[in-house]
Order: sequence, then C-alpha cells, then structure tokens
Amino acid sequence: MRVRALPRVVRVSTAAAARSATLRDAVGLGMAVGMYGVAFGAAAVGAGLDPWQALAMSALMFTGASQFALVGVLGAGGGALAAVGSALLLGSRNTVYGVRLAPLLAPRGWLRRTAAAHWVIDETTAMAVAAPDRELGRLAFWVTGATIYLGWNATTLVGALGAGALGETAQAALDSIVPAAFLALLWPRLRRTAAHPRVQRRVALGGAVVALAMTPVVPAGVQVVLAVVAVVLAGRPRRTGGEGAA
Amino acid sequence: MSNSALWAVVLAGSLGCYLLKLAGLSVPAAWVERPWVTRVVEFVPAALLAALVAVQAATSGSRLVVDGRLVGLAVAAVALALRAPFIVVLVLAGAAGALVHLLAG
Repeated sequence: MRVRALPRVVRVSTAAAARSATLRDAVGLGMAVGMYGVAFGAAAVGAGLDPWQALAMSALMFTGASQFALVGVLGAGGGALAAVGSALLLGSRNTVYGVRLAPLLAPRGWLRRTAAAHWVIDETTAMAVAAPDRELGRLAFWVTGATIYLGWNATTLVGALGAGALGETAQAALDSIVPAAFLALLWPRLRRTAAHPRVQRRVALGGAVVALAMTPVVPAGVQVVLAVVAVVLAGRPRRTGGEGAA
Repeated sequence: MSNSALWAVVLAGSLGCYLLKLAGLSVPAAWVERPWVTRVVEFVPAALLAALVAVQAATSGSRLVVDGRLVGLAVAAVALALRAPFIVVLVLAGAAGALVHLLAG
C-alpha cells in the first residue's frame, strides 16, 4: 500500500525484490516438499507397489495426501475401491483450489488448462493466492509447481528404490514413519490458527475412533472411508464473521 | 493384489484425481461453491487423515495392535507440537520405532 507514495526507482526495485522473494519462497517450499517424496516412495513399496508404480503415482496423481492415502489403504490390506475412494475423497479439495485459481491463472486454451490442472495442489494454491499481485501469483504457481514436481518425483524414486534394501529394523522404522507422516499432514488443520479448529479437532477425533471401532468388523481399508461420517457427527461450524480459508 | 490390479488402482486413482483438478479450472464457480461442497472439502481431510493415522499406528489386518508404531507416533506428536520441520518429525518417529523394535526384539 505504501509503495504508491514512493518514487519510481524505489518502486521498480521493490517490484524486483517482490519478484525474487516470490521465486525464493517458491523454490524453497518446492525443495522442502520434494523431500516428502522419500517417505512416500518408501511407504508405497512397503505397501506392496513396485518402484515404477510408486513413481507413476507421483508423476500422474501428483497430490501428496491422496497418494499417501491410497498406499495407506493398500498397506492395511484394503481393496481397490477403498484405496481409490479415499484418494478421490482427499483429492476433491483440489477442485475447490482450481475454482479459486481459475481467475488468477486464466489459462487460455485447453493445452494450458490441462497442463495447469495437473499442478493444482495445496502448495501451489497457497503460494499463488499469497502472492502480492496476479503476475507474481502466476509466477509463484508455475515455479512452485515445477520445483515440487521435479523434487517429488526424484525423491519418490529414491525412497522406492531404497525401501527394497531395508533390513528388519529399518522396516520397523518405516512402519513408524508412515503414521507420523499422516499426523504431520493432519496437524496444520488442527492448529488454533486454522479455520474452525474446534470442529476440525472433533472431526479428527471422531474419524480416528470410527476407524478403530470399525477395524475388526469391516474389510481392511473400508474403515478409512467410513471415517467420513465423523464430519456429520461433529456438527456444523458456528457461523463467524471473518473465517479464514484453509 | 496382483501386479496388474495394482496398476489398475494406480492409474484409476491418478485419472480420478486429475479430473478433480481439471474440473476446478473448468466448471463455473457456482457449481462448486455450494455449502455442502465447501463442508466436504473443509472437513473430510481431517476425518480421513486421522483415520489413516489410527489405522497405520494401531491396527494390523482386522486387529487392534499396540507396538513401537504408537511410540513413534507419540514422539512425532511432541515434535509437531514443538514445530519441528516435517523431515525431523519423520526421522524422530522412525528412530523411536526402530529403537522399540531393537529393545523388544
């Protein structure tokens, strides 16, 4: 806001600084997120996929929570429908991100749109929406998307090939890493600064209880999908004036 | 599950997730910005992720099991509460699980 009052030279250098700050943030986030790929690759192979299937998921599905969910359900002994169903349920938030990004990206023609769609995920949306203007928003989207895509696929392959060589103790370590990875994905939604943290916590607790209670009675993996009833059980969020977006 | 069945799961899941992304960029905003859609998108991830945490940490097949994974999960929770980076959380959880395996084994 204050930029308008500054002389032109300062404005230009501020714009350049904003551009390089956006680039730096996008690449930094991309590299950090890319590291998760090791955990995913190892988890996928631990669940019975071969390294090429793990890599195909990172290249083609390219949405972390859905990928972890699919291999999580398979790893728990679940069937195809439960595995794909949980991935799609988690992937549905990308539809809403796309709606939010459409006016910002305004992809012209089907080629750009089909390309842009592949990279509509949590991180690219967060970076694009947080950018100070539309041009930087687009830059942030494409740079974050490219960095994460490369890092995520490369580290998936590393994790998938590495997991095959694990001994028994390393396998026990991996067994502990997978639930911890899900907890790390869940955690930001439960923080006080998240939107509706109380409802989120009730939903999370309910989801865990439903899943554990259903484990002995339903086929493996189905309890994960059934956990969505916790959303209904937790009740509606109370309406507040300025609720933040996720 | 056979290898070709796994490929089918991988490809069907990937195609579905891609179409969900493409839909967001393609359909009118009014189709998606309905209260029940917003509610699903806002809260379903918490339910599913918590269910996956519970199933991955405390079950084996159709049984509830207590082992080193719960210790690893507790360590991860403490690390997250202390705002440790993701990779540190995973390393600590893995180390805890491996330690329990060594001590118990």
